[in-house]
Amino acid sequence: MIDTPAIAATHEPAWIRRIVIAIGVAFVGLFVIVPLVAVFGEAFRGGLAAYGHAIADPAALSAIQLTFLAAGIAMPLNVVFGVAAAWAIARFRFPGRSILITLIDLPLAVSPVIAGMVFVLLFGQQGLIGPWLSAHGVKVIFALPGIVLATTFVTFPFVARELVPLLEAQGAEEEEAAIVLGASGWQTFVRVTLPKIKWGLLYGVVLCTARAMGEFGAVSVVSGHIRGRTNTLPLHVEILYNEYEYQAAFAVASLLVVLALASLVARRVIARRVEAT
Amino acid sequence: MTDDLTRAPRPAGKAVGVPTPRDLAPLIAVRGLTKRFGTFYALDDVSLEVAGGGLVALLGPSGSGKTTLLRILAGLERPDQGSALLDGLDLVSQSARQRNVGLVFQHYALFRHLDVYENIAFALRVRKRPAAEVDARVRELLALIQLESLGRRLPSQLSGGQRQRVALARALAARPRVLLLDEPFGALDAQVRAELRGWLRRLHDEIHLTTVFVTHDQDEAFEVADRIVVMNRGKIEQTGAPADVFEHPDNDFVMRFLGHVNVLDAEFAGSHAKIGDITVAIGEHSGESRGRIYVRPHEVDIARAPGAGAFAARVVRVTPLSGGLKVELSVPSIGSRMRADLDWERGTALALRDGDDVFLSLRRARVFAHDRQGAGS
Repeated sequence: MIDTPAIAATHEPAWIRRIVIAIGVAFVGLFVIVPLVAVFGEAFRGGLAAYGHAIADPAALSAIQLTFLAAGIAMPLNVVFGVAAAWAIARFRFPGRSILITLIDLPLAVSPVIAGMVFVLLFGQQGLIGPWLSAHGVKVIFALPGIVLATTFVTFPFVARELVPLLEAQGAEEEEAAIVLGASGWQTFVRVTLPKIKWGLLYGVVLCTARAMGEFGAVSVVSGHIRGRTNTLPLHVEILYNEYEYQAAFAVASLLVVLALASLVARRVIARRVEAT
Repeated sequence: MTDDLTRAPRPAGKAVGVPTPRDLAPLIAVRGLTKRFGTFYALDDVSLEVAGGGLVALLGPSGSGKTTLLRILAGLERPDQGSALLDGLDLVSQSARQRNVGLVFQHYALFRHLDVYENIAFALRVRKRPAAEVDARVRELLALIQLESLGRRLPSQLSGGQRQRVALARALAARPRVLLLDEPFGALDAQVRAELRGWLRRLHDEIHLTTVFVTHDQDEAFEVADRIVVMNRGKIEQTGAPADVFEHPDNDFVMRFLGHVNVLDAEFAGSHAKIGDITVAIGEHSGESRGRIYVRPHEVDIARAPGAGAFAARVVRVTPLSGGLKVELSVPSIGSRMRADLDWERGTALALRDGDDVFLSLRRARVFAHDRQGAGS
């Protein structure tokens, strides 16, 4: 699949190749490089002091903290779910298997705003189980649990989608060998399966974490935008922007950009290890 | 078959598996084993006994159920019906650790992220044996497979034959009661295969471990095993010593499967069969008046001069074979081709060339009462 266009391209006349390359470079430049430069340019427009001030603002610090907390809770949940789902899909044939495969992709297909609204519908004050929960003193919507739920929902496909093809390609023979050699199910998983999938798992974790930290739509609906309490980084950027504090908005946004670039580098490095396994 | 065993590694050291005498080694008893995959019967009411300390080959074409039988013995498949007993205890209901069966997979299934040393140590590590004991056992097995210097290599850095030996050492590490091998030489080239066959046979002679191996190659089964179980379509066709099964096949399937055979249409009359315009003795035969006779290539004799009961034939092609000549012939009177295998002396004396006219006589011809591919088809 990858080979075919490459072979075909080498047979194209030079001018076609140049045009295609130029379109690619121009597109990336216009839609990626220019905005990136603009973000950092705007962030540092008021100088380093203004930049530091925007970041050190208590509301910004609280947003940073909440973002890492939500991502930090969503990620392990998705690792457990993703490994379990991938294992079930790759190793067993059961009724509902194809439905499970389809449903795993649901968060990628549905708009995050709708995902957020579903949680409000379930856990809000007028929702299905919201009143019961609030009677027992549990607040989900406009609080941390709601943000974690929304974040987990939008990020749960990443680990499972990464592991299913990996597990299917590697087959179950080594696991069978481990079992015949006397290993328990847990020993087989830890000693045989996990080492085989660790790079794929890590890749899924990076994707999942990057998306968790950048998620806006679903979190926006359930968070309530309470400054200093339920604002994540993307929500904080929006608020600053709406209040015409452009420099501060871009300063905080630059943090998200740095996180995104870091995850891109991590993905490149890990992807090579995944291919090697 | 090959006798190129002189270069094969010799099993070093003694008493590496279970050092029990032959008569005390465990006995496998399989009773009425049935396994279905959907509507396909992989095993259909199979019963079998393997004597303690024996080396048995399950021989059959692909889809004959031999691997399924092996996987049930290893505990990787559950039978739908029937039982598999080891020393009278049900194998199926035991955990893998209690069962303690060594299995060598067709493609070895070595742990690719672990080096040779840790692959062999695996069964002991999961049993939480003391490090000193693990180390002693792994070193003993590395010596046995003559890979002492390669303990830190990964499986991907080994040759096929080396991987095969590592897989064997890994299976032996926890001193299994039974050793099972699935097409153990299938993925190797001819030279390495021949070496390892001889090596496995000698290893077995030293440690007397009850061993069952699956193969589709009759040469391999004959050379290594002391008992052969011929399987076809989920059933056992015949069980016996290699020479017995080869000399006295129970039916046409076994006859066809164990080496090349000339199949000729014949008319039966009493103790004789008429093939084209000649008549051969076939011993007692009661049954259909028409059918087929089966003649092994080495049971066909070639002469320059015509004789009683000989076919006129023409040499099509002469090919050297280990220890003799393979001669393909066309036989106009029966409208088909035949193959004859001659030893070197006979072949040299005849000095056959392509296109020569010769005469064939059958030293032995077999007829099967329930010939599924013969009469009536």
